[in-house]
Amino acid sequence: MIALKLAYRNLIGAGRRTWLNVIVLSMAYVLIIWQQGLLDGWNRQALRDMIEWEIGGGQYWHEDYDPYDPFTLEDSHALVPTALADASGQPTAPILITQATIYPQGRMQSVVLKGVAPDQKALRLPTAALQADIPEIPTLIGTRMATSANLHMGDVVTVRWRDVNGAFDAAEAKIVRIMKTHVSTVDQGQLWLPLERLQTMMQMPGESTIIVTGQRPSEDRGRSPWVFRDRAYLSRDLSEMIRMKSVSGYIMYAILLSLALLAIFDTQVLAIFRRRKEIGTLIALGMTRGAVIRLFTIEGAMHGILAAIVAAAYGIPLLSLQAIQGFAMPQAVDSFGLAIADKIFPVYSAGLVTGTTLTVLVAVTLVSFIPARQIARLHPTDAIKGKLS
Amino acid sequence: MNASAMVSIHGLIKRFAIGGSQFTALNGIDLMFNKGEFAGLVGPSGSGKTTLLNIIGSLDVPSEGTVMVLGQSIGELTHRQAARLRNEHLGFIFQTYNLLPVYTVFENVEFPLLLLKMPAARRRKAVLNALEGVGLTDKLDSHPAQLSGGESQRVAIARAMVKSPQIVLADEPTANLDAENSHRILQTMVKLNTELTTTFIFASHDEKVIGYLRRKITLNDGKVVSDNRFEHPVNMANIEPAPPGGSA
Repeated sequence: MIALKLAYRNLIGAGRRTWLNVIVLSMAYVLIIWQQGLLDGWNRQALRDMIEWEIGGGQYWHEDYDPYDPFTLEDSHALVPTALADASGQPTAPILITQATIYPQGRMQSVVLKGVAPDQKALRLPTAALQADIPEIPTLIGTRMATSANLHMGDVVTVRWRDVNGAFDAAEAKIVRIMKTHVSTVDQGQLWLPLERLQTMMQMPGESTIIVTGQRPSEDRGRSPWVFRDRAYLSRDLSEMIRMKSVSGYIMYAILLSLALLAIFDTQVLAIFRRRKEIGTLIALGMTRGAVIRLFTIEGAMHGILAAIVAAAYGIPLLSLQAIQGFAMPQAVDSFGLAIADKIFPVYSAGLVTGTTLTVLVAVTLVSFIPARQIARLHPTDAIKGKLS
Repeated sequence: MNASAMVSIHGLIKRFAIGGSQFTALNGIDLMFNKGEFAGLVGPSGSGKTTLLNIIGSLDVPSEGTVMVLGQSIGELTHRQAARLRNEHLGFIFQTYNLLPVYTVFENVEFPLLLLKMPAARRRKAVLNALEGVGLTDKLDSHPAQLSGGESQRVAIARAMVKSPQIVLADEPTANLDAENSHRILQTMVKLNTELTTTFIFASHDEKVIGYLRRKITLNDGKVVSDNRFEHPVNMANIEPAPPGGSA
């Protein structure tokens, strides 16, 4: 109790030195929480976008389908079983996938054709545009695809594909809609066509490669040759990326924390150097060395507590404002291959705030304890005179 | 040991390691200080005055010999026991005042009482009494940086006296003060010594201090070369008689 009272007096009495430390440390609190909150917000947003635009509540895959092996596309298609389509009790979207080549402005570019029903409700894809009654194949592409192939609304491009019998065929496709999506995996290198049109082109009536179930998590009702893939499976790449991002996030966390701790460590070392006469006096007045070490350690911990209060004073309004208004991401991040929205809305969970506060507090206390141990080595008679022993 | 002996020193030797060799700072000291003494260790720089004072104050330990302070052997005390002895029974006055810079005058004087865990009301009363004794009740909220040298040393005296210690150890208390302030400080200490029968032991080579001593122990090269007592110290004539029942 006495150590607490004295530490408080010392802290308040030190004035500007205390407040400088407190401000630096409070910035570390706010920056760490902001950076982790931004990552969490990004991750949640990316997962939500992926669910809405690509994976839905889960997917049934043809057992031969492997998204990482385009050669499997030739054989991975089968009739869509009605029972399977209706079983989940929510809208489904069978998708037929095949490879093709397009020739925009005389250039040749490999693409993936994806046939989807224009009236599907399972995904957020704006497929209604595919209902256009035109002689060409109505085609929906994303902004990334439009940029890479230099295609614009209304452009007509030649598409060449190979049907189920291995015969090559070609037709004109017209861009009826360019969609803006944060999910590059439904955009990059892909052309979305009406499902029935693609089935006809491929001579695969009623068939698809995958079946997306609606937005609610679905259960496995698959039967051969359909294999159910749940959300966890379908988002494993994203999860892996999140994990890797988290690692880099922790590195940033460690760097920010280290900077703050360095400030405290520096202050405490300086304090012991400058305050050795005071330490000698405290010992002469009857404080034990242990009590002096405790006093300095508590002083350090109090820096952490004061910094948490100061951080809360300006950090809560600042971070709350950003959680509401979002953090605008630069245009360039669109091509990162990750689902990144124009604005990221940070998420500050209670765990993040409490965890960061406790981590910083414990670290600050430890960092204060280390130089305070030096006190034990000071000889009181030297310390009283301000000498180092 | 004499029943009224506050400090009893026998065959005290203190050596310091300097580089690869040993330096003997005190060499065979035998002394005794009784209750209420106003004694001084005098001698040139390096004669061992401060070393002896530090050992009596349990800030250092003898290399050989015994030093008994209030019945406790300094060489055998643990850190904790030595801290308790200093806290409960000893008061220190330093040449450079050694006030805690971030504390006010009141807080500086209050500090030893906080360590003694004295209740707040009693603490306040004792601090005000001590500051009244040194004439500084108008500086309660000042910080050490706002005080003159004389005022700082008076705060240090109040801090040393506030817990009514049995022994006050003063190391060159007037070295940083002018003549007027030195006399004022010393007269305050003489007054406290007379009123409270607190034992004062000085380490000094200041003639002004020496003029107030009732016992002068001269040290040279770590040895006691003379130990003289004075019925009527030279400077005592300057002191007004203490009012009956006065206190610090």
